[in-house]
Amino acid sequence: MPKKSLNKHNSNLAWPKCWKHSSKPHKFCPGCGHPIVLKMLGEIIDELKIQNNTLFGVDIGCSLLAWDFFNIDTVQTHHGRTVPVIVGAKKSRPDALCIAYVGDGGAYAIGAQHLVNSRIRNDNITTIVINNANYGMTGGQDAPTSIPGQITTTTINGADKFYMKGPEMVANISDIPAYVARGTVDNPIQLKMFLKKALEWQIQGKGFSFVEVLSFCPTNWKTDAKDTLAFLNKLKKIYPVGEINNI
Amino acid sequence: MKNKKILITGNEIVVKAALAAGAQAYFGYPITPATEIMTEWDKEYETRKKLIFLQTEDEMSAGFAMIGSILTGVKAFTATAGPGNILMQDAFAMAEAMRIPTVAIIGQRGGPSTGSVIYSQQEVTLTAFGGNGEGYRIVYSPSNIQDLYDQIIKAFNVAWKYRFPTFVLTDGYTLKTRALVELKKPKTLVKSYPLVLKSKIRNSSQESNYENLNNTFTTEEECFKVNTNLLTAFNKIKDKIAESESYSLNKQAKTLIIAHGIVASSVKQALNDSNSKKVKLFRPITIHPFPDQNLKKALLGIKKIIVIETAANQLLKLVKENIYGEKIPIETYCRPGLGISPEEIIELIK
Repeated sequence: MPKKSLNKHNSNLAWPKCWKHSSKPHKFCPGCGHPIVLKMLGEIIDELKIQNNTLFGVDIGCSLLAWDFFNIDTVQTHHGRTVPVIVGAKKSRPDALCIAYVGDGGAYAIGAQHLVNSRIRNDNITTIVINNANYGMTGGQDAPTSIPGQITTTTINGADKFYMKGPEMVANISDIPAYVARGTVDNPIQLKMFLKKALEWQIQGKGFSFVEVLSFCPTNWKTDAKDTLAFLNKLKKIYPVGEINNI
Repeated sequence: MKNKKILITGNEIVVKAALAAGAQAYFGYPITPATEIMTEWDKEYETRKKLIFLQTEDEMSAGFAMIGSILTGVKAFTATAGPGNILMQDAFAMAEAMRIPTVAIIGQRGGPSTGSVIYSQQEVTLTAFGGNGEGYRIVYSPSNIQDLYDQIIKAFNVAWKYRFPTFVLTDGYTLKTRALVELKKPKTLVKSYPLVLKSKIRNSSQESNYENLNNTFTTEEECFKVNTNLLTAFNKIKDKIAESESYSLNKQAKTLIIAHGIVASSVKQALNDSNSKKVKLFRPITIHPFPDQNLKKALLGIKKIIVIETAANQLLKLVKENIYGEKIPIETYCRPGLGISPEEIIELIK
């Protein structure tokens, strides 16, 4: 895997400085959206110069594959429990930047009560949710975010008409202002702006910040490149991209 | 110099002991009979700037937030009971795998399910072996309020010295009873230290300067290695931690009662009140690791064992496992979820 040579000759291919080299190539599937998010996140951590004072928490599910992604203190927790671990750490080290990085199952199903209550308490943490509309690690089951008619291994005739709009919920369950946005991996520049604003919100001590990212999962969507983009566009129609602030 | 004695409830003494042991943070969810540990901590938290307190949304959150706090080097603890203890096993399993020195006070209540809110000894197995691992945990079982104070201080020290999840197994009677307690100042305090965020000044090109902590493993071999390391580390400290108490009015007594926690206090009372010369008491102070060597010594010359517990088969199971090969007959007096009075024991050993 070319490393430094790439950095020298082509700045567009440069790795964020805080990426851990020995864990690359990374463990995500080909075509997965996670690495795009982690690249944007890494760049921001470099720009804000907070590599040495950040705690990165990952869940069970595909997010756990990022447990050794960065030269950043990282802890992999249990399914749905990353938010509480990060809350406990932040309470004890308010000066550190504390990030919970979870999937849509971890955030909206098995860990939903933690997300809801952390938002209500206005904990000064940042939660990043990767929404790929299914459970990736376990082989593509129905998620709270699966869209009507979506074929998954537990909705073989198509998912029901109910689905979860996480950022909208997070924004609206409290009157207290929070930074809330939904980005998408096919617009990394905008995504980076949202992530940066969320982290700055925490650094300024303003309380809860939250970014959902619509992400590719070609392995479980069973799509080629063209259909992967097409399905993401379908998701974007149901889950509008942008800032969802109540401020 | 004598320390002063104060009249105080078990729940109040838990907080006094935790503070004496250097605890800085409490994460918890209300549940009878352990709720007052949290309300007492809140009173302290309101007056002391350095303390941390969070009433979480459930016991899973309490357990995991405690882990997050401990990772940063804070002596954090929690308390729970019954169904709360079940939910918190999620966090304890992670603590066990990752050697995170959690401290938890378990106010046992009647099971199964929601059971009673009062009392039992039915959380022995759950507390010691509740995870999907082998039970690399340290469990103390104090038998009165003074003991509760002393064992909690010890629990914080042992947790941070050896880095295994540590529990103080108590019950509704002990926690809700008021008694005289001597607030002894701890002779030694083991210091806490951060497991992450150790320094803001780090050479960022050096990968080993960053902690990447995981508990998911790709291969069986990797997982086996972690298990072997845990087993080796736990076996190494077992004998240093295992503790027991023997009590008798006559060292030649041929019957040995084995009981722990508040039931052991009941047995002591029964031996004293009946002036029994026929019966001795063996009390495991640590339920896990079990004081097997001490028990084997205590069995010399014994003709009969009586296991007494307010559970059907929890202490009994541990006793059988730890005296495997002995031919001494075992009788039982097991009352799951029901308190055992000295009078009943006097009747039993008549």
